[in-house]
Amino acid sequence: MLMINLILILLIGGVVAIFSERLGADVPRKVALAVVIIDLIYLLIALSTIPQLETLQAPVPSDPETWLMHYSVEWIPAFGIKIELALDGLSMLMVLLTLILGAVAVSASWTDIKVRQGFFEANLLWTLAGVLGVFMALDLFLFFLFWEVMLIPMYFMIAIWGHENRGYAAMKFFIFTQASGLLMLVSILALVVIHHGNTGVWTFSYFDLLSAQIAAQTAFWLMLGFFVAFVVKLPGFPFHTWLPDAHTQAPTAGSVILAGILLKTGAYGLIRFAVPLFPQASMEFAPVALWLGVAGVIYGAILAFGQTDFKRLVAYSSVSHMGFVLLGVYAWNILALQGAVMQMVAHGFSTAALFMIAGSLQERLHTRDMREMGGLWQNMPRMGAIAMFFIVASLGLPGLGNFVAEFLVLLGLFQVDRLLAVIAALGLITGAAYSLLLMQRSFQGEPDETRQLVDFGTREMLTMAVMMTALIVLGIYPQPILDISRPVVESLISFSSIVTGGSL
Amino acid sequence: MNGSQMQALMPILMLSLTAIVLMIQASIKRDEKATWIITVVGILLALWGAGYARDFSQPVTILLQVDNWGLFFTALVLLASLVTVVLSQDSFSSEGGSKEEYYLLLVLSALGAVILIQSSHMASLLLGMELMGVALYAMIAFPKKGLLPLEAAVKYLVLSGCASAILLFGFALLYAATGELSYKGIGEKAALAYISNPLLVMAGTAMVTAGIAFKLSLVPFHMWTPDVYQGAPTPVTGFLATVSKGAVFVALARIYMDAELHQYESLILALSVLATFSMLIGNLLALLQEDIKRLLAYSSIAHFGYLLIVLIALTGSEMASEAVTFYLAAYILTTLGAFTVIARVSREDQQKSQISEFEGLFWRNKIQATALTIAMLSFAGIPLTAGFMAKFFVINVAIQGSHWFLLSALVIGSAIGIYYYLRIIFSMSKTSGNDIGFRDRSGDITALLLTVLILMLGSWPQPFIAFAGGL
Repeated sequence: MLMINLILILLIGGVVAIFSERLGADVPRKVALAVVIIDLIYLLIALSTIPQLETLQAPVPSDPETWLMHYSVEWIPAFGIKIELALDGLSMLMVLLTLILGAVAVSASWTDIKVRQGFFEANLLWTLAGVLGVFMALDLFLFFLFWEVMLIPMYFMIAIWGHENRGYAAMKFFIFTQASGLLMLVSILALVVIHHGNTGVWTFSYFDLLSAQIAAQTAFWLMLGFFVAFVVKLPGFPFHTWLPDAHTQAPTAGSVILAGILLKTGAYGLIRFAVPLFPQASMEFAPVALWLGVAGVIYGAILAFGQTDFKRLVAYSSVSHMGFVLLGVYAWNILALQGAVMQMVAHGFSTAALFMIAGSLQERLHTRDMREMGGLWQNMPRMGAIAMFFIVASLGLPGLGNFVAEFLVLLGLFQVDRLLAVIAALGLITGAAYSLLLMQRSFQGEPDETRQLVDFGTREMLTMAVMMTALIVLGIYPQPILDISRPVVESLISFSSIVTGGSL
Repeated sequence: MNGSQMQALMPILMLSLTAIVLMIQASIKRDEKATWIITVVGILLALWGAGYARDFSQPVTILLQVDNWGLFFTALVLLASLVTVVLSQDSFSSEGGSKEEYYLLLVLSALGAVILIQSSHMASLLLGMELMGVALYAMIAFPKKGLLPLEAAVKYLVLSGCASAILLFGFALLYAATGELSYKGIGEKAALAYISNPLLVMAGTAMVTAGIAFKLSLVPFHMWTPDVYQGAPTPVTGFLATVSKGAVFVALARIYMDAELHQYESLILALSVLATFSMLIGNLLALLQEDIKRLLAYSSIAHFGYLLIVLIALTGSEMASEAVTFYLAAYILTTLGAFTVIARVSREDQQKSQISEFEGLFWRNKIQATALTIAMLSFAGIPLTAGFMAKFFVINVAIQGSHWFLLSALVIGSAIGIYYYLRIIFSMSKTSGNDIGFRDRSGDITALLLTVLILMLGSWPQPFIAFAGGL
């Protein structure tokens, strides 16, 4: 029930936000912030009452009772569809990340949105609700439902409050994800129909379908359906082309949610569904996926280097960073997978912060073009210092979260394929190149003395402080995160190696 | 015919009675208000009749088959007629300014649709189809303004006449081959006749298929659709898209099941070709449209392509008949929802159906904009709407029958479809100069009710699936 409440609070909060606009244009954002924080506190209280959390045990993937939380109720019995939600260490991390970045997103759009604030905050909250659903749903039908429905409020956020080319960007984003989602729907249904043919039972439950017997050839095609849907969202090369447009055109809060949370649903889907459901097929496919990951790392970095638009550069850097996640998932050993999880969290914070900085710059300068910036550190020293922090975080400076993540991925990948690990390591160098270029072009150089710019205020500093603390903690003392994700990762790996006979 | 058979015909009797009362009333005193009320009451009585007749399911003579399945669609068609009546009330006028005859035509057309749904014999099929069609020609040409309605009506009249002639000739050929005209009879004798006289059976079946494909506007028999959709007054377009197409599809499904046509591979192949072309070409041409009614015309072509998959996969799946029921119900409700809003936005001037007319609708009338958004999402097959569950059924049935080729056409078609449905939503969310809100109680209520139905069917489908399974 608790997990449903988490989603319901956000959904109802959205409706309240719409109506609160009648009380004044600045009420909705306060409502939204309150709703997200209430949700977060509610979750933390609930988590603190779970005894297993102390001695986090490895959940058996196919046995819901070993998970932290499990909730299941009949929905459409004709097809065996249930409202089934469950939480393990991995989903718990993702849910926490979602809610924290949700609060950041509300704060990021505090002064940004000038029209129809109520509807904006509602869409923001509804997107968060959809993402929470994706991270917790373990009935494949329900998962697909959240997967698709979370796009609609996101679409509205880009289409209504986006920048100059918003219609195109929103449309491209929606069509890419929907079309790939259709492939996943066909895969899900085919999986269920095959399972029904074998056992005579209609079920969409993850726990039941894990043991579905599928012919190798069929499994490969079904796996591809899932893979494409998740890699489009991740986004992995060559399905990344929607991302720069959507990120660049979205309002600040939209970019924060897109980069910080929505991309992680793709990575989460790979770890939770694509590989465990089809371990054998995934193993055969892994070399291709790894090459796609490396291509994403390098190609994203090269394209980022060529950008003049602040937001576009950060967007392409996401393609590069998410390439590491793909590498981590398909290397499929404990180190690499933990690195992938770490990358999901760390990249969430660092990119969200960079997009927030980009949004503040756009609000003040009315441009995202770096050729018109330069010397901003002098104008706004606080913003400059913070930008520096997140840029070095993003390039993987040791001591911060992103470094730990990428290092773990490379370490794990090295055990699988040395050549790929060497090429992927180049991504760290190219990452340094475009990140420093970003810093140099916008914040260093000759300042324009005629500019009168307002530096970061208390609200912005507070928001940034949250994310800086998170990245420092992740970088210096990553053990808690590793401890939470380790049992999940271990059990997934041992589960899939049982199925494939230990060859994965 | 005995008493219980008469009771089984209750919806048909009620509609006939309404038509007679309308004629008498119009001859005594012309009063549009009174006509409107009689029509609404008559259709409501027929709806009650559809429920009442459930206890008397039986074949009525050789011509009609009253069963729960048919009665459900009868109710659906009557509901669509009711919405059309509500929408027509103040949306367009005829030469003389009032339109008593229009309601009479509407009732007759609905009567034709009900007969078509319940027919089990080629004669009643033709009777129903023509009654429905002839009344529709006049309904399309009814408004006095502009040449488009007239053009649409003539186009529909000529082409539809041709199609009927082809259909009739197909019946004749089948009769020559089998000596039967009832669906079951043809089914029983067709296999034998096919051996002794394959050409006759093939030609007859092909002609019947072509005639029905025309009414359903399947590619390549779709040419008339966009022009007629655009030219007809919007409520009539909605009526055509829901009542007429829905009834014809039910008749097709009935022929298909009663005559057990799924055993003929060449027919399956022909239907597969029609379905594939309809899905792909319908969706592709919809991309190019600037007029929302033309756009929905092409979208309906694609949707009947999806629906055809279910007929093709009929044998391979245990839930094909539920799939037909669910898809048609979802399609009819969604189409009604969309045309309700379009009719209210374009109102008097029926030519105001450019997509650009809908700019800023979100800020002008929230309820109707939301209703149109939900309708578009339902057409696109987004979860929580009826359209998604419908597509879910189709994909499920297609996978069970291993129709991978048709399935890929469906995926490609739906992916294309998202673009143009979304275009309408995007257009509504734009901020336009014309942000003056409008209030419209009957339109709002109708749109709201239909939206609730669409969402209920999509988010809590279990009761309906159970109901459809019991039909």
